[in-house]
Order: sequence, then structure tokens, then C-alpha cells
Amino acid sequence: MSDWEPKIVTFLCNWCSYGGADLAGVSRLQYPSNIRIIRVPCTGRVNPKFILAALRNGADGVWVSGCHPGDCHYIEGNYYARRKFTLLKNFLEHTGIEPGRLHFSWISSAEASKFAATAREVAAAVTALGPARHFIKTEAEVA
Amino acid sequence: MHTYIEAIRKAARRLLTEKRVDAVIGFRKGTIPFMNEPVLVKHPDQVDQLTWDSHCGINLANYLGQRPGKVAVVAKGCDSRNIVVHLLENQIQRDQIYILGAPCKGMLDRRRLTAECRGREPHSVEEFDGRIRIKGRDLELDLERRAFLQDNCAICIHRNPVIHDELVGEPVAEQTGVDRYEDVRRVEQMTSEERWQYFDDLIAPCLRCYACRNVCPVCYCPTCFVDESKPQWVGKSVDPTDTRTFHLLRAYHVAGRCTDCGSCERACPVGIKVRQFTKKLERDILDLYGYEAGLIADQRPPLDTYRPGDPEGFIK
Repeated sequence: MSDWEPKIVTFLCNWCSYGGADLAGVSRLQYPSNIRIIRVPCTGRVNPKFILAALRNGADGVWVSGCHPGDCHYIEGNYYARRKFTLLKNFLEHTGIEPGRLHFSWISSAEASKFAATAREVAAAVTALGPARHFIKTEAEVA
Repeated sequence: MHTYIEAIRKAARRLLTEKRVDAVIGFRKGTIPFMNEPVLVKHPDQVDQLTWDSHCGINLANYLGQRPGKVAVVAKGCDSRNIVVHLLENQIQRDQIYILGAPCKGMLDRRRLTAECRGREPHSVEEFDGRIRIKGRDLELDLERRAFLQDNCAICIHRNPVIHDELVGEPVAEQTGVDRYEDVRRVEQMTSEERWQYFDDLIAPCLRCYACRNVCPVCYCPTCFVDESKPQWVGKSVDPTDTRTFHLLRAYHVAGRCTDCGSCERACPVGIKVRQFTKKLERDILDLYGYEAGLIADQRPPLDTYRPGDPEGFIK
């Protein structure tokens, strides 16, 4: 498993963090290619089911990023998301998911360097934990 | 208990005779001891079916959602809190329900009582002054009531109905000094691997019958996530990953709405302590947002509101 690389499903809000990722690319900042970006309208759109679905489908980590509190394009979407994620993260960790698998951040569209730095941090944390086997079925599915 | 039964029947008869309600939802004797069943009484002649004792653990708020017309319902502390949740979520309007509040001293855990019978069949069960007397063939037991409360009733701090139109008995003293989250803290002492194993063992017998969902008053979605197929959030098999996903999402969906009435545990045919999942969320919501479900009728549920200064220590 020495050449194992984690897959990190990354939900970025269209208005801030996706712009931040774009700017990071345009600015030629280096960040790990482990992240798989899914663009969502707002972090408030991210349902806890999505996060479980990512883990069930083979993601080793999940990272959700959106606008800073107060800067949401939809005024308050990220405030609701913050409550949802706080509970979800505590809950999943309580039931046995390692703390380093779920990551949340606020990154504006101007914070390209923060995006690259956070991507490195998230990738390092998930790499350190190794592959996530929690939600992977061990035997073949029967029809 | 006898005074409760009289009061419930009297109120039900009055309400039905005066045609103030279309039906009364209460309990009647089950076909076996320790198991009372919900009953919908629609005619004054039938009110003598209604009963009350310590085996009325099912949450009657489950039968209220989207019901047309006006009904009366017998409500313990937890039922009344679930009625408040229904009102908040517009499942029913306040003027459609007449609440017969039943101050509750806790319901009994039928599993532990059955275990105490050690395979002998109980025929009757009676209660006097904090003692339970179970009789049957070759069986005569005299047990202390307190020791056989349901887990959630033993730590309940809202025994009296929070809303009611009339009470069927005197309010009871609330429990004080109970440790509500001892089991949550016990799990918190474990490492991630131990926790995963703990919950794996907990849900290992799960049949995925969804009794916990069906009996839950706040699980009323027309299409539950387990029945959705495009996308399919959770597999239909009893594979541990599917079972785990079901339990996690079920618990998450009742976050901030669960009143810890214990119906899910009571209904589970294999005795899984499913409250172990919901209690963590319940405690977090209390700690982080200072909210307890179903206590105040004009306060939005915690996941439907926010405060600018909510805790966010883990967010980068």
C-alpha cells in the first residue's frame, strides 16, 4: 500500500471556495491532487446523506468548504450548514469515525493560498489515517 | 392508576357525548401482560376499553400527524412534548387536539420483566405502592417498581405534560439529580476503534424491520430515505454498512426533535438500544445550542435556526 493515495471528496460552494480553488489554479499554487471537487450552490445544500454517501462509495475523507459566516451569497446558508456539520461531525466521531476524516473550512474566493494550504492539511490528515474501510462492504453484494 | 383510568374514561365519555372530538386516542389492555395497545375510540359506548397502567410506553403522538378533524389524546410527558414538535412542524393544529395530560411516573421495561419471569408465563400484573406483582402458573413475583423502569424513564426529567387541556391526575414530582448522559460519556472514553466496535456490536442483531422508525412520532416523511432509490442512500441488505448507515441517518433525522420517549427501544423486536445513537445528538444540542425538543411551542427547532456566534472550533 506504499503507493496508496487517499481520495477526498470535496464539496465547494459555488460563490466562495470554488472561486478560491479557481484562483489557486490560476495563480499556479501547488496543492495535492487527492481532492475531488464537487461544486454545490451553497454549503447549506450539502446534506449529511452526501457525506455518508461519499464514505460509502469509497472516499477516504470528506471536506466541505464555503463562504465565511456573514458572507453567504444566500445570506444565511452557511449558518445552517455550520449547525448541521457540528452535529454531524461530533456524531460520526462519537460512533467511531476518526476525527481526521471530516474537514470543514471557510474559504473566500480571494483566499487562494488558504485553499492550497487547507488542501495540503486535509490531504496530510487523511493520508495519515490510511484507507477508510468503515462503510465499505467486505463481501460481494448479492442481487 | 385506578383514578387515572376513571378520569380518562370520564373525560373520553364526556368529549365524545358532547361531540367535541371525533375520536379519543388512548390505550387498551393488550392480549398479553406488559403490552398495552393504542386504541382509537369513536363512540361513547366503547370508552370502557380505555385503560392506563405502567405498560403504556408507546408514544401516542405518532397517531396525530396529518389527521383531519378533532381528536382527544392521552399524553404522558414525552407524548406531550412530541405534540409540541408536531405543532411546530405544522403536522397538526392546536385546535384540532384535546390533550388529556397524564402525569407519568415512568413506564416499565417489558423485556426485563419478562426476563424476571424466567420462562414462566405471566397471566396478570398489578401494582401497589411502588411494587409490581406478577402472577402466573408456578409464578408469583413481587418486584420493586423503580428497578424496572425503561432506561429513558429512569432518567426522565419531564414527567408532567408540558401542554394539556386537562389533567387526569395530580402532577407528579419531577426527578432531580439524575445523570442523563452517563452512557454517552462512557462511549466518549473509548478510542475510535472501540467506539466503532461498540456500535457494531450494538446493531449486530438488527433485522432492518424499521419498527423504530414506524413507532417514532417524528419519523413521518411520506418517503423515508430508506425507501428512496434514485439516489439510493442506503442499501436494502442487512450488511453491517447498510445497517450502520440506516441507524446513523435515522438518528440524525430526529436530531433536535427527539424527546427521548423510548418508543424506538420499546418497539425493537431484538432489543437494540437505539437510543445510544440519539442521545449523543440530544446532548450536543443541549450543550451547544441550549435546546431541548418539545418544551416551548414558539421556539424554532435547533437545525431550523442559527445564531451568528454558534460554536465552530473545528472549522478551519
